[in-house]
Amino acid sequence: MEMRIRFRLNGVVTEVDIEPHETLLNVLRDKLKVKSVKYGCGIGECGSCTVLLDGDPVVSCLVMAAKVDGSEVATPDYIAQTELGKAIVDSMLEEGAVQCGYCIPGFLVTIYAALARGIRDVDEMRKAMVGNICRCTGYVNIVRAVKKTLKRIGSQTPRNAVERPFR
Amino acid sequence: MLSINAFNTYRIPQQLKYFKPGNLQEALEILESVEGAKVIAGGTDLVVDLKYRRVEARALVDISRLSELRFIKLGDGYVEIGSAATIREIAESGVVKEKLPLLAEAAESLGSWQIRNLATVGGNLCTASPAADTAPPLLAYDAELELVSSRGVRIVPLGKFFTGPKKTVIERAEILRSVRVPLTPRTYGWCFIKLRRTSFDIAKVSVAVLLRVEGGFVADVRIALGSVAPTPVRARSAEKLAIGLKFEDAVRVASERVAGDISPIDDARSTAWYRLQTSKVLVKDAMWRAYERFLGAGAWR
Repeated sequence: MEMRIRFRLNGVVTEVDIEPHETLLNVLRDKLKVKSVKYGCGIGECGSCTVLLDGDPVVSCLVMAAKVDGSEVATPDYIAQTELGKAIVDSMLEEGAVQCGYCIPGFLVTIYAALARGIRDVDEMRKAMVGNICRCTGYVNIVRAVKKTLKRIGSQTPRNAVERPFR
Repeated sequence: MLSINAFNTYRIPQQLKYFKPGNLQEALEILESVEGAKVIAGGTDLVVDLKYRRVEARALVDISRLSELRFIKLGDGYVEIGSAATIREIAESGVVKEKLPLLAEAAESLGSWQIRNLATVGGNLCTASPAADTAPPLLAYDAELELVSSRGVRIVPLGKFFTGPKKTVIERAEILRSVRVPLTPRTYGWCFIKLRRTSFDIAKVSVAVLLRVEGGFVADVRIALGSVAPTPVRARSAEKLAIGLKFEDAVRVASERVAGDISPIDDARSTAWYRLQTSKVLVKDAMWRAYERFLGAGAWR
C-alpha cells in the first residue's frame, strides 16, 4: 500500500511515494537519495541519522516517513552549505574533528541546531551532543571544533536557514 | 536468546497501514475498527519494538500531531499535560518548571535531545517500562490519567495504571488523553536522581522525592523509584515510617526501609544486589537534595 507524502526538504517542496512502514531515514536515503544522512544503529542511540524536523534535531531512524507529511526537514548536506554550517565544517577540518567521519553529518546537524538556538556555552553544547556517538575521536577534537566555532561566530546569531513548517 | 545482531534495524520488517486522524474522535474510531491497530506518538519505543518484532502491528494510528493532545495547561489547583506533549516541551515549559519542578528535572534527563524532541509523556507512561523516567515524579505528585474510548472517559490514578513490565490497565481501544497533576497548597523540596552508565543510558535505578519539613520534622515525604520493581513504585512503607521524624532520622529510616518496598532483579543493566544497595543511598541523597531545595525555597507550590 503506497501513500504519497508532501513535505519541504531543504527548502524545496518535495512529493514522494512511500510505504507506510518506512522511516524517514529509509525514504531520505533510498527514495530521495540523500546520502548525507547515515544509518548507524537504527534504534535511536547513535545520532548518525540526525536531521532537523521542523527545526528540531531528531533521529530519522525512529520517525515514520508518513509523519513528516506537511513538515520541514533539513539534512546535513544542506546545513553544511549555510553560513553557520560552513563555520562548523571549517572548524571541524581545522581541529581534526573527523577521523572515520561516519558520525560527522549527525554531529553537524546537532551542533548547528544548538548554535541556531543561541547556545553559546561549551558545557551546554556538550549536553546537546549527548545523543551523538563518535567511536574514533574520543570527542576531544570535536569539542575543540565546537569551541572554535563559538569563537568564530562570537555573540552574533547567524540567520537560521531552517525555517518553520509551512503547513 | 537471539543476539540483537540477528536483526537488521534499518527497516521495519512488517507491513503496516498508517492512519493520521484529524482529531481524537477519529483516532478512537480507527483504533476500534481496524484490526491490529496500535497508537503511535513519538515512536521512540514503538519503532524500535517494531524493528525487533517485539511488537506486531497491522496498522499505526499517529496521534502525535493532534493539537487536542498536545498542550500543557495550568488549571485551578492542577496542571494538565496532554499525552502527546513531547518530553522537550515538558522540560522547557514554564508552567512545569514552576509548578512541577520534579517532573521538569526528570524530563530534562530523559534520553538525548533527539529523543526528547520526539518522545511524549503519554508514550513514556503507556510503554510502561519499569525504567520510565516520567513515572517516578508523576507517582510522587499523585498524578491521574484520563483514558478515553468511544464508550466514554475514565480516570485512573497513576499508582493503579501499571500492572507489570510493559503492562498497563489501558484497553486496546483506549487512548490516554492527558495526565492531570494536582497541586498541593504548600511548598515542597524536590529531587530526581537517575543512576546510569552513560549520559543518556536507561536508568539502573531512579529515585524521585518530594519533601516538606516543619520545625525540623518531616511533615510529608513522597518517595518513588524506577527500575527496581516490575513497575515504577512508591515506597509507601518507607514514607509512612519517615513522616513525623526529625529530618536526619527520617533519612536514615527511609533509606533502610526502602528495601521492603522494592523487588529489584538482575538484568543486562545491573544486578538485584547492586540496585538494592544503590536504592538505599539514592534515597538518602535525594532526600538531602530535596531538603536543601526546600530550605532554598525555590520550591514547588
